[in-house]
Amino acid sequence: MPQEIKADVKLNLEGLLCPIPVVKVSQAIKNLPVGGVLEATATDPGVLADIPAWAKSTGNEVLSIERQSKVITFFIKKVK
Amino acid sequence: MEKNDGVTIIVFSGDMDKVMAAFNIAIGAAAAGKETNLFFTFWGVKAIQKGNLTGQGLFGRMMGLLNRGGINRIGPSRFNFGGIGRWMFKQLMKAHNITPLEELRQTAIDLGVKLLPCEMSMEVMEIKRENLIDEVEDSCGVATMLEKAFHSKATLFI
Repeated sequence: MPQEIKADVKLNLEGLLCPIPVVKVSQAIKNLPVGGVLEATATDPGVLADIPAWAKSTGNEVLSIERQSKVITFFIKKVK
Repeated sequence: MEKNDGVTIIVFSGDMDKVMAAFNIAIGAAAAGKETNLFFTFWGVKAIQKGNLTGQGLFGRMMGLLNRGGINRIGPSRFNFGGIGRWMFKQLMKAHNITPLEELRQTAIDLGVKLLPCEMSMEVMEIKRENLIDEVEDSCGVATMLEKAFHSKATLFI
């Protein structure tokens, strides 16, 4: 897992529950150019499954998704 | 429309929990870039009503009185206990930071989810276009709903 990923935009989704994290991620990705990277933190354990699933159905790439105690940090690269 | 991978959800139920599930799924689909349609029929129409009194004839007005209030007055499918359950659910949702139903509906609208009211249900329950929230599409029937379903990869009945 690459430790040094540079994010173009950061999103704080802590405290938000399904389906809001996916909504905010999709909106943030929409505003990024292709190749742009989004970094986000969340506390809803559902994102561990939902973010990769969302990326799969939209054709974007999850560069990393990691959980440290309560906070989940993930990076998504806009592919198209 | 011609991408044939949309999501169509028939919202038949007017129960809080089921309407919540419908909006949640619709929001998820729209956030994944899918063309999403919600078709509100029978009790489901309540989820897109403004909440004012409806009906013209005696039975229509009785129905309107019994079914009054908009999306904030719908109760859960179980444990409603004449409204106490609804209140309890709202408290629980607030405590767990769950988005309230009305906000969920607004999020769906903002994401471009189309809200289709069923003409026949409106006719039967004497609900007029002006009784529905402004954001809904023109009322339609089963043919329109099916046409959307034919272009969808997932069609759900809630």
